[in-house]
Amino acid sequence: MTNIWAVCKKEIKTYFTSPIAYVALTVFLFLFGLFFQSIILWFSSYSMQMAQNPYYLQQLNINQMVYPSLFHNVSIVLLFMIPLLTMRLFSEEKKIKTDELLYTSPISVNQIIVGKYLASLLVLSVMLLLSGILSFFTFVYGNPELKPILVGYLGLFLMGAAFLAIGIFYSSLTENQVVSAALAFGTVIVLLILNWATVAAGGTLKEVLNYISFTQHFDNMTKGILDTTDIVYYLSFVFLGLFLTHSVIQSRRWR
Amino acid sequence: MIEVEHLFKKYGDLLAVQDLSFSVEKGHIWGLLGPNAAGKTTTMRILTGYLPATDGKASVAGYDVFEQPNQVKRIIGYLPENVPLYPEMTVQSFLQFVAEIKQIPAAKRKEAVEKSISISSLESVRGRLIKNISRGFKQRVGIAQALIHDPQVLILDEPTIGLDPAQIIEIRQLIKTLKGDRTIILSTHILAEVTQTCDGVVIINEGKLMASGSLEELTSSLQEKDGVFIRLREAGEEKMEHFKNIPGVDKVAIRDDGYAIEWRRGEDSRDAITRYIVERNWGLLEMKSLAMDIEELYLKVITGGTEQ
Repeated sequence: MTNIWAVCKKEIKTYFTSPIAYVALTVFLFLFGLFFQSIILWFSSYSMQMAQNPYYLQQLNINQMVYPSLFHNVSIVLLFMIPLLTMRLFSEEKKIKTDELLYTSPISVNQIIVGKYLASLLVLSVMLLLSGILSFFTFVYGNPELKPILVGYLGLFLMGAAFLAIGIFYSSLTENQVVSAALAFGTVIVLLILNWATVAAGGTLKEVLNYISFTQHFDNMTKGILDTTDIVYYLSFVFLGLFLTHSVIQSRRWR
Repeated sequence: MIEVEHLFKKYGDLLAVQDLSFSVEKGHIWGLLGPNAAGKTTTMRILTGYLPATDGKASVAGYDVFEQPNQVKRIIGYLPENVPLYPEMTVQSFLQFVAEIKQIPAAKRKEAVEKSISISSLESVRGRLIKNISRGFKQRVGIAQALIHDPQVLILDEPTIGLDPAQIIEIRQLIKTLKGDRTIILSTHILAEVTQTCDGVVIINEGKLMASGSLEELTSSLQEKDGVFIRLREAGEEKMEHFKNIPGVDKVAIRDDGYAIEWRRGEDSRDAITRYIVERNWGLLEMKSLAMDIEELYLKVITGGTEQ
């Protein structure tokens, strides 16, 4: 645990001594704010129109009308931000040859991977926590339910965690950060839009594609529905990404 | 302390290390010599646990490098050829990080960092970012990280590469002071470094062991003739005949304003030669052994393929 924490601390310091974390945080929060503001403005004007009719007025629900679309939009923003956080994690070590220091220290490859992954997860958590400040206003001026919002945030966190594991895997494959980021970006886009292919598919294939698609599992959580299947799905991606990273590192050393 | 037995390492079809065996005793500094791509770095990487071997055995302080890698890593300090430094960290924070991953207990970490800074004379740059310090200081930080856990064994891959002459002398001095009870293996291209810092050498070429032993053992075993080079106040061919009459002398030749005098194997004519010159008042300006220097030894082993 001490070894994991040592690697994690060093990575967090590196995030915040370089512009990466600041750029990722600023851009993410700016875009989050932009989406939040436009969706709230739309909801506000829609509420004005609906206020004429008491029946429709009762149907207005901030949890159902604001947060799902906000979370979907923000998941796309995450897609762009995550490769920024993962691209250098192993690529940089290889490029500047510091991997030789890590692998000749009494610390296991698993501890190195988990330490680095935790650091990226912490930056993701900071991003999501800071964005949560905006939701404070919905409680001041409205009356939303907290639980569905928290489930939505959990969805964003789990999806981000899966993105990060995929990003780390690509970072272990190459010493070129741009290549690592591009591969992570491409893979995550495919996983996000996989459900589009279900239109043309049918039967078992449709079910399989639906299950693999990130969006399908995320959709439930944006609506505040917490299903263990969705949690297991994202955690499977985390374990797969980290396992593949471990395999890549070990295979390079044995080659 | 370090035992290597029949070590092999293959990269695909390339055999980088072939049947390499040598041993280094505790408290000695040994040089690993060889041309580029001889297998020096690969051998060091195997010993430090960075690379696995294809076949063979290696042990450090009784621990098997392949079976007990973590025990070996705890007692080895390693300075790779490309010094592994994080440019965005300060010298002090980098050493603190290394102290943590080298598993120095939290209570002793600060002391270990201070000690490594002091031994490597890094006090003046401790708060500076590594990317902003000179090449010489970077090399010192590399040595400091290798020393931080007070390892019994130090493995230094080209520790003076890329340094200016003054820095090279400083680093050599530092290595000598580090010896103490430690066992040190260093690889180098600078042959003078071996004579100045090492007790023995392992010479490898194309992954194969060409020679190993102390410098004296190697030079005496490879030397074909014994003799001296002398320089007198006045040189001349007429004196050659005089030298030939000295008992034991086998061959005399004029070389570089002096005489190369060789005697038969097993004899030593130094006393007789000196007495002869002094009695005739020829003015003895210089007398040195004709024994092979390290360059000659290296070339003879590498080009001649003499296996010892």
